[in-house]
Amino acid sequence: MIGEIDPTIINLTVFVLAVFVGYHVVWNVTPALHTPLMSVTNAISSIILVGAMLAAGSAEADWGAWLGAAAVVLASINVFGGFLVTQRMLEMFKKKDKKGQA
Amino acid sequence: MSVNFIALAYLVAAVFFILSLKGLSSPTAARRGNLLGMLGMGIAVSTTLTITGNWVLILSCIAVGAIIGSIVAQRIQMTAMPELIAFMHSLVGLAAVFIAIAAVNNPVSFGLPEILPAGNKLELFLGTFIGAMTWSGSVIAFLKLSGRMSGAPITFSGQHMVNLLLAIVMVGFGLWFFFSETTNWTAFSTMTAIAFLLGFLIIIPIGGADMPVVISMLNSYSGWAAAGIGFSLGNPMLIIAGSLVGSSGAILSYIMCKAMNRPFLSVILGGFGSDGGSQGASDGAQKTYRSGSADDAAFLLGNSDSVIIIPGYGLAVARAQHAVKELALALHKKGINIRFAIHPVAGRMPGHMNVLLAEAEIPYEMVQEMEEINSDFPNTDVVLVLGANDVVNPAANIPGSPIYGMPILEAYKARTVMVVKRSMAAGYAGLDNDLFYMDKTMMVFGDAKKVVEDMVKAL
Repeated sequence: MIGEIDPTIINLTVFVLAVFVGYHVVWNVTPALHTPLMSVTNAISSIILVGAMLAAGSAEADWGAWLGAAAVVLASINVFGGFLVTQRMLEMFKKKDKKGQA
Repeated sequence: MSVNFIALAYLVAAVFFILSLKGLSSPTAARRGNLLGMLGMGIAVSTTLTITGNWVLILSCIAVGAIIGSIVAQRIQMTAMPELIAFMHSLVGLAAVFIAIAAVNNPVSFGLPEILPAGNKLELFLGTFIGAMTWSGSVIAFLKLSGRMSGAPITFSGQHMVNLLLAIVMVGFGLWFFFSETTNWTAFSTMTAIAFLLGFLIIIPIGGADMPVVISMLNSYSGWAAAGIGFSLGNPMLIIAGSLVGSSGAILSYIMCKAMNRPFLSVILGGFGSDGGSQGASDGAQKTYRSGSADDAAFLLGNSDSVIIIPGYGLAVARAQHAVKELALALHKKGINIRFAIHPVAGRMPGHMNVLLAEAEIPYEMVQEMEEINSDFPNTDVVLVLGANDVVNPAANIPGSPIYGMPILEAYKARTVMVVKRSMAAGYAGLDNDLFYMDKTMMVFGDAKKVVEDMVKAL
């Protein structure tokens, strides 16, 4: 390509495409699973854990790193809490499935 | 590890996140999807570990979070799911703010230039204020949902003006931060403080039954906050994950608004139902209604051929889901066609009733959505309304009513209607419900759980 594209433009491209993907994927979610959808999206948005780790792992261990460490704790609560509670809810739907087939 | 390899690993993680949402189209695929989501998160975290130092600190922080998160996930009652979700949104918001502050303090640790370019400042500004509003808004939602704060809308005159002014001032400080040559902490921290305040002010006027919209909206915000952080760090994985969550929450808000036939803006501006109560109560003479005992209700149920149960928020409050399952099984054994009808906004969050019924192990095929079941009401012997009100109010068909146009479960078309309710009090919309005064309606007063248990005994 000619010249260099501003990274922000590339990010914007990714963003717009991801919104479209999200739009189409989420419309296919069955209404019965809307609560698990919320808890799993909650876990996924805790991907900012990655940013928190970068802050906490900073070479200069100043107050910013401690703030990062606090963010790591908050985001991890969400990662584990979100995925596990989703799993727990989905297990409940599984029991129902089996009964339905029997 | 090479930069390209890391970027590829992040891409794999992002694909797993998409697949985890895609799985939710059916309950069976959903479990596999959830596992893929966990896998994606695992890949993302372990890849990031290779480029950071200070492993001891990071891993011990993750361990602390893991312990707290796992305990909460195991212990939480299904009836308390809405407040758990609100609580978790608040954590994402706060974490986003912390990360943004850390990035402003020390851009180099994020691979950003020492002096932040204007573009990065703008992105940090967006990430911070969305994160801050998500946090404070979710805290209010949590307090309202868990009953620690009244669910009634809190309004004052000039409320919207105050919010608008604060928003303008906030953007002003954001611009100041944006155009300052050096790191302008005054502008940045004032902007953040105003964003926190705005989050509180935006959610306090929104009442209890509008919570399905609010909680979906906050879900959406938490995603946009993550995407905002992704922009500032130039990390496509964060952008993808954040956008998925953001659009998911936005779609849920849209579905909820549609199910209430209310414009999104009017829900957000709030105050609904705050003055409706007096209108509903004053519209005329004493109307008569018929009331009966749980035994009477059980007799009618036992002699019917088809029954539809309509659960609502009252079922969640009374934690009656297990009692309801006993009732459903008892009726099923008698050969009665028993089904559940779920209104999209029943309860306090999207899908709330489905999860409660799933917890009680009520078979999946007994549970139907509004569109599937509405045409069956005229051929149904008995409809049992458990703690629901506005979603079965025929006033939705009367032009001029505050809820006119809202899609409802057409319980009034059934041959007999039984309503289990604590009192004759109006529902959230502050409206009287004509369904309760129909000749074919019998009111059964009491706590949903107690009444249903009595019915099971009588059957």
